[in-house]
Amino acid sequence: MKLHHKLATGLGALAVTALTAMPAWAQEAAEAAAPTPDKGDTAWMMVSTVLVLAMILPGLALFYGGLVRTKNMLSVMTQIGAAAALAMVVWVVWGYTMAFGPDASDGLKPYISSFGKLFLAGINADSTAATFTDGVVIPEYVFVCFQMTFAAITVALVLGSVVERIKFSAVMVFALIWLTIVYFPVAHMVWAAGGLFFEMGALDFAGGTVVHINAGVSALVACIILGKRIGYMKEVMAPHSMTLTFVGTGLLWVGWFGFNAGSALEANGSAGLAMINTFVATAAAGLSWLIVEKLFGHKPSALGFCSGIIAGLVAVTPAAGNSGPFGAIVLGAVASLICYIAVAKIKPMLGYDDSLDAFGIHGVGGIVGAIGTGIVYAPSLGGPGGADFSIGAQLVTQVLAVAATIVWAAAGTAIAIFIAKLVTGLRVSPEAEVEGLDIAEHGERAYNL
Amino acid sequence: MKLVIAIIKPFKLDEVREALSGLGVQGMTVTEVKGFGRQKGQTEIYRGAEYSTNMVPKIKVEVATTDDLAGRVVEAIQQSANTGAIGDGKIFVLDVAQAVRIRTGETDDVAL
Repeated sequence: MKLHHKLATGLGALAVTALTAMPAWAQEAAEAAAPTPDKGDTAWMMVSTVLVLAMILPGLALFYGGLVRTKNMLSVMTQIGAAAALAMVVWVVWGYTMAFGPDASDGLKPYISSFGKLFLAGINADSTAATFTDGVVIPEYVFVCFQMTFAAITVALVLGSVVERIKFSAVMVFALIWLTIVYFPVAHMVWAAGGLFFEMGALDFAGGTVVHINAGVSALVACIILGKRIGYMKEVMAPHSMTLTFVGTGLLWVGWFGFNAGSALEANGSAGLAMINTFVATAAAGLSWLIVEKLFGHKPSALGFCSGIIAGLVAVTPAAGNSGPFGAIVLGAVASLICYIAVAKIKPMLGYDDSLDAFGIHGVGGIVGAIGTGIVYAPSLGGPGGADFSIGAQLVTQVLAVAATIVWAAAGTAIAIFIAKLVTGLRVSPEAEVEGLDIAEHGERAYNL
Repeated sequence: MKLVIAIIKPFKLDEVREALSGLGVQGMTVTEVKGFGRQKGQTEIYRGAEYSTNMVPKIKVEVATTDDLAGRVVEAIQQSANTGAIGDGKIFVLDVAQAVRIRTGETDDVAL
C-alpha cells in the first residue's frame, strides 16, 4: 500500500490521479490545478533519502564488513559500494520506468510499467509524485531518489550470503541482471497502482516483501548455487571486528528511520507512527535476542544484540505504519526468536553457507514481519486498520504476496547467477579465496599495521 | 646475570610489577602472547557457530637481574601472579652472557 505511480507533470496539462491508500483506490479525480509540493514534506523526504543512503554506506558496509575475516574486509565494502552505485545509475536509466513508469498494457500491468520514462524522460524540476493524501505531492525527482536508495540497498543486502568467495566481476553482472528481472518488477508489483500485490491489498509499508524477503530469498538461492566457503564449519570464521559491526548496526538503525518513516512520503502522523514503531520494535527485538541466547544456555552477546536489532528492523518494515506500538513490540520480539532459530539451529542443520545470514535475518525476519503485519494491523490490537478489518482475510493476502515474492525472487536469482557464472566464472580460485579477496581481487589490504 | 621469563595471567601484571618494584627491579619488558599449557582454550560463539580457540592470551614478562637478586625475583613473581587456579603460568630462568646499556656503553651488572 505504499504509494501509487500516477505522476503529474506539474504543468497542469495532465490530470492528477488521486488515490487512497487502500485497495478501493481506483477513482480518478481530475483536478483543475496541479498541487504544489509542501516544503515540509519535501524537506523530510530529502532527509529520508540520504538517511537510507547512510544505511548502505557506511552502515551496511560496516555491519557486513565487520563480520568477515580481516582478509576480506575491503572486498565486502567495495562490493556493497559498487553494487549500490550501479543500482543508482541503472535506476535512472531503466529502473524507475520499469517500476513506476506509465501504465503498460493490461496483461503486463500487474508485473511491470512501460518504458515511457526511460532515462527519466519527461521529468523535470516541476514534476510531482503523488503521496497517500489526495492533493498532496512531492517533487518527482525526490521520489525518484528515495526509491533509488531502496533499489541500491536491496541488491547490497543480497551480497551478505556470497561474500568471501564471489568474484567482484560476478557481483556486478549479477547486480545488473538481478535488479532488472527481480527488483524492478517486484517493486512495481507491491508499490505501484495496478501492481499485482497492490491490487490484492497486500500490506507492505516500507518494503518487507520488496526489500527483505526479496533480498533474503535471493541471498539463499545465490549462496546455494555458489557453494560453501573453503573450510566452512571446519575453520574459525569469527567476525574480524565486532566493533565495526556494532557501529554499522547503529548506523542502520538511525538510517532506518528514513527508510520506514520516509515511506509515509509525507511529514505527518503516519510517519510519526512509523517512527515510534521503528524505535520500540527494534528495542524489543534487541532485548529478545539476548534473552533467547540466555535461554539456550549461552552468554548474551554483542553480535546477538546487533542481530536482534536488525531482525526487529526487518520485521517492523512492512508494519511500520501498519501497527500500533505494542503490536510492533510483540512483532520485534517474536522476529528475534524465530530468526535466532533460523540462523543458530536450522542453518547448521541444513549446512548451506549463508555467510552473513542475509536469508536467516532478512528473509526469515521479512516473512515474520509480512505475515505479522496482517495481524498487528487489526484495530483490536492497536493497529490502524478500519473497523471492518478481518485478520483472517488479510493473512491470506499477506501469505500469497510472500509466496509469490519467494517464487519470483528464487527464479530470477537463479537466472541472474547462472548468467554471472557464464560471463565471469562466478567464484574466485581456491588460492585467491585462501589468500583473501582484498589482495586477490582489489590489490589492497584493509589494515596495514 | 639471569634473565627471568614469566608467563602470567594478564590481569596479574600490575601486582607482579608492584612486587618487582618493591625489590628494586629497575625495568622489565612486557609482551602480549598466546599459547597453551594445561589450561584449556576458550569457546567463542557467533550466532550459534562455535569456535574453540586452543590458544589462551597471556602476558610474558622478561626481567634481567643480577645473580643474587634472581632468587627473590622468581619468588616475588611466583607469589604475586598466583591465583591457585590452573593457567597461572610458568617462570623460566636463563643465564645471560652479557648486558650493555646503549646510552653509556656500560656493561653487565652496572648496565641492568
